[in-house]
Amino acid sequence: MQMKLRLAIVCLAGGLWLAGCATGTSTQPPVEDKSATPGSTGQPVPESTAPRGEALPGAAEAELLAKRRVHFAFDSSQLDDENRKIVEAHARHLVATPNLKVHLEGHTDERGTREYNMALGERRAQTVQKTLQVLGVASNRITIVSYGEEKPLATGHDESAWAQNRRVEIIYR
Amino acid sequence: MSKTSKRRSGGRLWRVAAAALALLCAGVPAAHAILTIEITQGVDTGIPIAVVPFGWSGPGKPPQAIADVIEADLGRSGRFLTLSRKDFVSFPTDKPDVIYKEWRVIKAEALVIGSVAPLGAGRYEVKFRLFDVFKEAELAGLRYTVSAGTLRAVAHQIADVVYEKLTGEPGAFNTRIAYVTRENSPKGAVYKLQVADSDGYDPKTVRRSAEPLLSPAWSLDGRRLAYVSFEDKRPKVYIENLTDNRRELISELPGINGAPAWSPDGKRLALALSKDGNPEIYILDLATRQLKRLTNDPAIDTEPAWSPDGRYLVFTSDRAGRPQIYRMTADGRQPERLTFEGEYNARASYAPDGRSLVLVSAMQGRFRIATLSLDSGALQVLTDTSLDESPSFAPNGRMILYATEVQGRGVLASVSADGRVRQLYRLEEGDVREPAWSPYNRQLQY
Repeated sequence: MQMKLRLAIVCLAGGLWLAGCATGTSTQPPVEDKSATPGSTGQPVPESTAPRGEALPGAAEAELLAKRRVHFAFDSSQLDDENRKIVEAHARHLVATPNLKVHLEGHTDERGTREYNMALGERRAQTVQKTLQVLGVASNRITIVSYGEEKPLATGHDESAWAQNRRVEIIYR
Repeated sequence: MSKTSKRRSGGRLWRVAAAALALLCAGVPAAHAILTIEITQGVDTGIPIAVVPFGWSGPGKPPQAIADVIEADLGRSGRFLTLSRKDFVSFPTDKPDVIYKEWRVIKAEALVIGSVAPLGAGRYEVKFRLFDVFKEAELAGLRYTVSAGTLRAVAHQIADVVYEKLTGEPGAFNTRIAYVTRENSPKGAVYKLQVADSDGYDPKTVRRSAEPLLSPAWSLDGRRLAYVSFEDKRPKVYIENLTDNRRELISELPGINGAPAWSPDGKRLALALSKDGNPEIYILDLATRQLKRLTNDPAIDTEPAWSPDGRYLVFTSDRAGRPQIYRMTADGRQPERLTFEGEYNARASYAPDGRSLVLVSAMQGRFRIATLSLDSGALQVLTDTSLDESPSFAPNGRMILYATEVQGRGVLASVSADGRVRQLYRLEEGDVREPAWSPYNRQLQY
């Protein structure tokens, strides 16, 4: 119950942020209720875009769409702002391209047990799935699977490898 | 064979065991990826025992160095101090040759002797005797008539008899282990579900796949293995019948099909299924295929394991925010949290006597093997590595087999239930993971 509420808050926040983006101005990200996410680690502060040259129309979007992975903190399935922007760009792309389908693969790092990680990877994929759905992507266009810790991207056994491996892969079909 | 190195010395014990294993490996064809055992932490205490090389009355070399297998088994248990053959005054192979004084001189408390004789047509007679040196008494004497392929099993069975006679508890040497290996080939990863003797010898590939295999679970009769396969690019649960190599698809519902655990009567399988959105614990009746849902919580509920009497299941849940161990009745009532120490406790399973659990416990980011006493609630950490997984008790409850990571590779390891003795099972190449110790089961094929 609490989780669903948490997710609703996250999705709502994501929706607001998307609305902010659509106007093309450098509005501040909406305030997120961090007290509702006790497990998440500190979220990176988004870089200010104000002093930079104005991006050409579509360039920022293409850059976001080129990213096919979103990443998570340890034992967390919350998207931080940076990763949520990537999911939102893919949602816009899917809404604009109705014949496209998407497959989401959830993964974890190697720490902890394999079956728990299988469940955690699924929860991560579901976070992305629900975010896409909230933003208008029909549920029958999205499939998900969790590989848990079974398919690491990086084979090392340190935090940099683990950070790469805690991910959802966005695969177009 | 790969080198056998010493990490933390257990004194003479590890050297004897290593030498015995070196001898053993010399005679084994290299075609199989063999697990070699290193004792990483031993003890200098234990019952001093002399295992005399068995006599051989056939031509050439004996087909199996029986005494070496017995000696290595006993040494690994941490309950025995196996004495160096260099110090033996004589090498008796039958009762009239035993002079007790010679064994008292080297401080042996127990003595194992025996012989192997060819009977023709590939069959052998193995005789063994166990003596109490101080009481000057014979404690056991047995004869086996077997084929060459069963000689190692006979050696393990003799080690079990010695163990039981001298410690009063059953041995668990004549058992098997299941595990998963992952190797890289030019075509990509190869996963193998393997079954080997308890000492890592004679590995046989049960299933091979280009996609992950995990969570092997033994039925209590030791004849069937349930496991999870990603061969169809999503997790499905299968049961492999080890006696006829047939397998059956058990669960392919939408979402996760995982964490199979056999009921003690072998008629039901507990599973983690996420068909309704998030993983819940179910019990599948294998005869009727009826599913019964035991948990109903938006959190992750997974990794069920039955109590030996079949009345309870323990499982992992993050319903309180972090994964912790819970226990409920086998019909899903009275869920109760069992672990409170540590930031992450998962994958619990019961000791054979039902009085403790073994589990993975994380503190300060280190994932180690621990036991939880169900009487006192005390958590005892047994290992000092950081990425430990998949612990299971030997059927006598004295040893715990688990997976860990050493020098960047997945390896199997074992630790005595009191934490005093540790070993690594090392594969020549690739990773080893997901070990599961078999129940008592194996009947010798005479």
